[in-house]
Amino acid sequence: MQFTYRLIESLYPGFAGWPAWAQIAVAAGIPGVMLFLFMALGPLLYVYAERKIAGFMQDRLGPMRVGPYGVLQTLADTIKLLFKEAIYPKGVDRKLFILAPCIVNVGAFMPFLVLPFSSRLVGADLNIGLFYVSAVASLATVGLIMAGWASNNKYALYGAMRAAAQIVSYEIPAVMTLLTVVMIVGSLSLQTIVGAQGGGLQNWFLFRYFPVMPVAFLVFFTAGMAECNRTPFDIPEAESELVAGFHVEYSGFFFAMFFLAEYAEMVVISATTSVLFLGGWMAPHPALQSIGGFSLGPFWLVAKAWFLVFIMMWLRWTLPRLRVDQLMHVAWKVLLPIAFVLVVVVGGLLTWPQTADGFPWDRYVGWPLSLALLAFLAYVMVAARRWHGRRVQELA
Amino acid sequence: MTLATDTTSYGWQVEDLDTDEMILNMGPQHPATHGVLRLELRTDGEVVRGVRPHIGYLHRCFEKHCENVDYAGVIPYTDRMDYVAAMGNSLGYALAVEKLMGIEVSPYLQVVRVIIAELQRIASHCVAVGTYGMDLGAFTPFLHLLRDREKVLDLFEWTCGARLLYNYNWIGGVSHDLPEGFARATRDLLREFDAVTFPELMNLLIGNKIFVKRTAEVGVCSPETAISYDLTGPNIRGSGVPRDIRKDQPYCGYEKYDFAICLGQGQFGPLGSCFDRNLVRALEMAESSKILHQALDALSKMERTPVHEKVPKRAKPPKGEVYFRTEAPRGQLGYYVVSDGATFNPYRVKVKSPCFTAMSVFHVLAKGMMIADIIALIGSLDIVLGEIDR
Repeated sequence: MQFTYRLIESLYPGFAGWPAWAQIAVAAGIPGVMLFLFMALGPLLYVYAERKIAGFMQDRLGPMRVGPYGVLQTLADTIKLLFKEAIYPKGVDRKLFILAPCIVNVGAFMPFLVLPFSSRLVGADLNIGLFYVSAVASLATVGLIMAGWASNNKYALYGAMRAAAQIVSYEIPAVMTLLTVVMIVGSLSLQTIVGAQGGGLQNWFLFRYFPVMPVAFLVFFTAGMAECNRTPFDIPEAESELVAGFHVEYSGFFFAMFFLAEYAEMVVISATTSVLFLGGWMAPHPALQSIGGFSLGPFWLVAKAWFLVFIMMWLRWTLPRLRVDQLMHVAWKVLLPIAFVLVVVVGGLLTWPQTADGFPWDRYVGWPLSLALLAFLAYVMVAARRWHGRRVQELA
Repeated sequence: MTLATDTTSYGWQVEDLDTDEMILNMGPQHPATHGVLRLELRTDGEVVRGVRPHIGYLHRCFEKHCENVDYAGVIPYTDRMDYVAAMGNSLGYALAVEKLMGIEVSPYLQVVRVIIAELQRIASHCVAVGTYGMDLGAFTPFLHLLRDREKVLDLFEWTCGARLLYNYNWIGGVSHDLPEGFARATRDLLREFDAVTFPELMNLLIGNKIFVKRTAEVGVCSPETAISYDLTGPNIRGSGVPRDIRKDQPYCGYEKYDFAICLGQGQFGPLGSCFDRNLVRALEMAESSKILHQALDALSKMERTPVHEKVPKRAKPPKGEVYFRTEAPRGQLGYYVVSDGATFNPYRVKVKSPCFTAMSVFHVLAKGMMIADIIALIGSLDIVLGEIDR
């Protein structure tokens, strides 16, 4: 807010003479509106991107008709959804039926408040930021259960029950891995967490405490993906089993709201992951942090978040869906023990003597090893693909 | 089970909670029941305690209609049974009536029929395997396979002008000869299928760990069950029983071709699981490709013969009855045709449909599954409701 205030003042010197309430309204309103536009118009872009990516992976074109290369397709879809009749099936609990998509959206959009886009561009730098994110994001579960119950439909009920079980289960490993970051930084404020990763690629938490934090990153991202109900964890919607799961009875704008919330949640999870493990708005190299005094922070955060969103879409169009019991197995018997071990190990590492730069292991062994591991993984993927291709040819 | 909290003060007891089974009605309009199948599931949470399939939503009195049209007029009806693999249906009927009338088509036409039937098998299995992936949540392989199915349909359109329901195999011949350049176009298609689509399918879907986990221990049908319920085609071969009419009772000169019967191996779980049935279909596509190459080789050495040479003006078979079975993409398709020798209409046409028998084993395999497995099971049996209901 002070940032916008000073920016406006420098552009329009008469601004200081305005009454205090008007100054506050304008200085807080401009970033607020920008943030809202980012949230509300973002999904238009994500849906278009998803459809184009899916088209690319499936050897087809994707939307091509509305506008050049179909760029206006999602806009047209949104307008269609807005003008469609909202149908209330017989026997629905109207109040809950209407309230449910609103609550889901509240849960999906409120975490944006604390996301830091640069050192100054942040809605509110709460000192309990991380706690706030995980608490508010869980609100969506309530909305999903309300939707499933109010719809008076067995499929919706199944979807809601699955959603509740899934999100609650995956919340635990996710929060446990958050703890590792919090222990290292000693703060829940997202801005402080980003600050602790400054100074270049090697200080990002993904590359610290090898091999602990890379694993933590994977656990958190997997659990986060499960929390926003994306394939391979999309059993609450499970198109081929439950038709559409909890939102099977929703139409028109209510359906659009669920859709909006899903994409917003994806961005929240990706942005949170970037803040925690990929240095948030910090550039990979300090020299890239700003151009001529103009901070590139928002660019870096959005770029990292969108990269992770792309990975989510990639997985969605590649993998089949897990079954309910397998899903629970992954959460309780795989991710949760790993998360517990990570907490203990990080706690142990932190008690060791540290230099001013942090844990000496990081600087000389940790991040080179992490990079080497990433390179090795990439190599293994390529080699496995080749090997598999040969096997297939032998089989055929 | 007791809860730590005493709930008496809230006015209810844990024992009073209703734990009835819930009836979940799946279909007839449901994305994964492959048509208009309706399943009545008795569910206990996610577990299915019992299932009652209801069929008949697509019943069109096919067999009764056949008694009111002449012999050639039945063929369009057969196309509409298994609408995903229409060529296979009309072939079985044409062969049955030819046997009744004692017509033997020329070797050239036999090869043409084999080519068309095997192309149709590839096209049909593309849909079966692709939609199976879609049932399990993997959307992409479906579109990759559909891309190749479209090419096969293009070939059919080129040949006879239709893409779905062809009326191609006539009694005593076929409706149109293969066009010039058909062989080269088919070889191009097969080359791409063998080099791209098939490895892609094996990599992306069948080798996928989630896919294996979802299917390998689900819907296990032992060889005994498979035989006693008269499963046919890829379903029984998935249980490891080598039964294939193309080998056992060759027709159209199938004995001249060198191909293997694909069997379920049970690599990842018990033999006869959904995975095995699906794998058999995938491998059969590669086998069909092999047959097609041989058939195209044979075709290149042959003289063309007129395709309508032996087609009767109006078929009037002698009095008698005939049962003829072929290996359609979905299994053994049998036609029982009775002629009274006096009229131009068949006295009776009865179809023994492979999907119907596959459906009959469904309730046995489905007991005790989870809801998601029900979908996996339907997909692996590869039913087409048009053929079940007729």
